[in-house]
Amino acid sequence: MGKRRAIQEQERAREFESFVAGAAGRLLHTAQLLTSEPPGAAPAAERLLTAALARTYARWDRLHGEDPYETARQELISRFAHLGWRFRRTSGGLLDRLTPQERLVLVLRLYEGVAEEQTAAALGLPPERVHAILVGATSTILSRPATARRRAPRPEGATT
Amino acid sequence: MSIVDRKESEVRALLDTAHPLVPPYLAERTIRQGRRVLGRRRVAKYTFWLLAAAVVIGLAVWAGVSDAWVEPADTTTPDFTDW
Repeated sequence: MGKRRAIQEQERAREFESFVAGAAGRLLHTAQLLTSEPPGAAPAAERLLTAALARTYARWDRLHGEDPYETARQELISRFAHLGWRFRRTSGGLLDRLTPQERLVLVLRLYEGVAEEQTAAALGLPPERVHAILVGATSTILSRPATARRRAPRPEGATT
Repeated sequence: MSIVDRKESEVRALLDTAHPLVPPYLAERTIRQGRRVLGRRRVAKYTFWLLAAAVVIGLAVWAGVSDAWVEPADTTTPDFTDW
């Protein structure tokens, strides 16, 4: 009985490892956009991601064919929303000028590509509210002066 | 493309940079953490059922020894009318 459970445990761990290998980059990217930390210096995003993945592993047996990526993403969102006001301070990420709620809506709708209805359901907000938040957040982001917008890093050896 | 669509595309392009580097041993660490979460939940579940069983047993024992629903004995002799 113990041996069977150990084998199941190993199987679960293997599946989970391959899931993490494939999805962690994108999930961390999402987390970084939410915490609005710069890439390479994103401890809060890493903590969010670790917690979300741990809870996804804990639920692995109960997934029953649900997409583990969506499960992990929902854990990320729930935790971010739950810790809410702690993320008001930002440290040099792309979405610095947005409130945590605006970042949540913008990242879900425009980075993760989740439809308005599903976003509303995931956040417990009415769809009209999600739409309004998105419009406001988009305007705020795009109203940055052109010189302040992040430019792609120049390749090595460029002369201009 | 409507103005809204154009704005959304512009923001999407802003966000669509390369993925960050993932910290090392992420899978191993989160598996360990996940096992701890499961362990804590199991302890909580057992504690709950243990308490629930204790409450039920306690109630049953109390019901057995309690005289709460027995009529109190008469303190005065009742009137006998036929001997």
